[in-house]
Amino acid sequence: MSMLTNLVGWIDERFPLTKVWNEHLAQYYAPKNFNFWYYFGSLAILVLVNQLLTGIFLTMNYKPDATLAFGSVEYIMRDVNWGWLIRYMHSVGASAFFIVVYLHMFRGLLYGSYRKPRELVWIFGMLIYVALMAEAFMGYLLPWGQMSYWGAQVIISLFGAIPVIGDDLSLWIRGDYVVSDATLNRFFAFHVIAVPLILVMLVFLHIVALHKVGSNNPDGIEIKKGPKGNRWSDTAPADGIPFHPYYSVKDIVGVGVFLILFAAIIFWLPGFGGWFLEPDNFTPANPLKTPEHIVPLWYFTPFYAILRAVPDKFLGVVAMGAAIVMLFLLPWLDRSPVKSIRYKGPIFKTWLVIFVISFIALGYLGTQPATPGRTMMAQFFGVLYFLFFLLMPIYSKMDKTKPVPERVTK
Amino acid sequence: MKKLIGILLLLAVPLAGVASGHAHLDSANIDLNNKEALHKGAKYFVNYCMGCHSLQYERWERMAKDIGLTKEQVMDNLVFTGAKFGETMKNAMPAEDAAKWFGTAPPDLSLIVRSKKGGPDWLYTYLRSFYLDPSRPFGVNNHVFKDVGMPHVLWELQGLQKARFRTEKDAEGHEHEVFEGFELVQPGSMSPEEYDAMVRDLTTFLAYVSEPVKLKRQHLGVWVILFLVVFTVLAYLMKKEYWKDVH
Repeated sequence: MSMLTNLVGWIDERFPLTKVWNEHLAQYYAPKNFNFWYYFGSLAILVLVNQLLTGIFLTMNYKPDATLAFGSVEYIMRDVNWGWLIRYMHSVGASAFFIVVYLHMFRGLLYGSYRKPRELVWIFGMLIYVALMAEAFMGYLLPWGQMSYWGAQVIISLFGAIPVIGDDLSLWIRGDYVVSDATLNRFFAFHVIAVPLILVMLVFLHIVALHKVGSNNPDGIEIKKGPKGNRWSDTAPADGIPFHPYYSVKDIVGVGVFLILFAAIIFWLPGFGGWFLEPDNFTPANPLKTPEHIVPLWYFTPFYAILRAVPDKFLGVVAMGAAIVMLFLLPWLDRSPVKSIRYKGPIFKTWLVIFVISFIALGYLGTQPATPGRTMMAQFFGVLYFLFFLLMPIYSKMDKTKPVPERVTK
Repeated sequence: MKKLIGILLLLAVPLAGVASGHAHLDSANIDLNNKEALHKGAKYFVNYCMGCHSLQYERWERMAKDIGLTKEQVMDNLVFTGAKFGETMKNAMPAEDAAKWFGTAPPDLSLIVRSKKGGPDWLYTYLRSFYLDPSRPFGVNNHVFKDVGMPHVLWELQGLQKARFRTEKDAEGHEHEVFEGFELVQPGSMSPEEYDAMVRDLTTFLAYVSEPVKLKRQHLGVWVILFLVVFTVLAYLMKKEYWKDVH
């Protein structure tokens, strides 16, 4: 034991090991009233690590070459020891990442976690979300199936809708006039190194920003502004508890439950009925044969529905971009005097329900072939989606809020 | 809050059952554990399909091991091409010639079951849905895969059938044809029941080939989940112990 103490002492003189450990874990005081919604931050890190580790092993056998890519994935599935498990962990992990991140973002929406002083935490989080979308989009090209190919073709051609520079821009992105071997190679480079690096750095910034201002909680109360002193420290917030060991042991329970669900899907339903692995993607990419319906994977479909709902292609791209920009602006759109949904009034709650219904409805419509009726539905829900954000400065201010207690509840 | 979650869950229900909206598929009702069906399916595949279609991702050796055949059984009864036991199940037809003969090269069937919506049901229905159509180069069309390039290879077994269509007018007055059913006009060497059973065996085999690890992963999954349940219970007890301090 003394040898270990000596070693830590030796390191501490040269590197702030104990300091970092204390600041971010053992003496990071988190509100004691976290509920179900607070599991998804740590789960997002778990899934990120899962994607990085399984990704490394996939890279060892995958071939980023238009003539070999499809076969190399089947080689992983059949001939590489445990390759099927690693591949399913990665492909199911991609969808799990979005499920976890969407729930994590929804938590922020419920409890106003984007509000002052956590604007940068939210902005970094949104940047992570955008990077994640880029990562997922480029990763989906790599198996080189029909949906990989045509999905990429459709999405890249969207850049072509931008006036003046559009055609040159999409040519520059593809590196060819159609999606081809050149596209596959560059997407591979982005997917395995460029975007993951950015992702990991953004996650670091997200956590540094969070630990600077402290975690929000289901009551939306700033525990740092409340009374001081708890059984661990006289100067720490009274409603705070050390992240480690209390939330580390609690998050491990969340990890267990998550892994049970994750494993159930991997071992019994890895394609999740076509939602995580589409049947069309088990046919090799064929540039001469367009599939009947080209649909992106489920996590992109709300935005895809907004894109298709606008009759003009360029304006559709603008609307799709604006739908994501809206989320970035949330910290400044919400003018309510309270943070948490617990103390917000009926108008905000109603709008939040409308937003959730619209988002899910758009997600569903994005998976379906467009018909005039469905396009009208997408326009209807698309307008509601935007109104939730655009009217927020008004309705969040006029809403009748409940008084916020001094201390966290329960 | 609780109400909100309830509404979300209700909304998710219709999402779970998205229909494909194509020709009705009959249920193949296959059982991947049925070794006899897999053996027969393998036999039918090498005899009737492999002239044109390969299984380029499936190895003879892997197939033998998974469906319970010995090396001798496979090499003596199933391998006609001089392939080695460790090689993949390629066929002898050059793709370029095949493309000339059929208009398009017969596809590799390693993933045929996985690549279709409906999976085994699609294949089972497809192989039973060829019907006479003089307008097609081989004299047959397919109700599941319209204008398919493939001839009805199994016609000697199934016989030849005609499709009955009736013309209907929809609400806007457009005429369209509605499929009513098949009618056997020339019996084959098998009865319809025997033919269905044969196609089911073939479908079982190709469903196995599309994901050889499927049976193994389901067995393994039980142990993984059991471990995780024990882990989660222990983690929960540990959490409870620690959190005594907090309350």
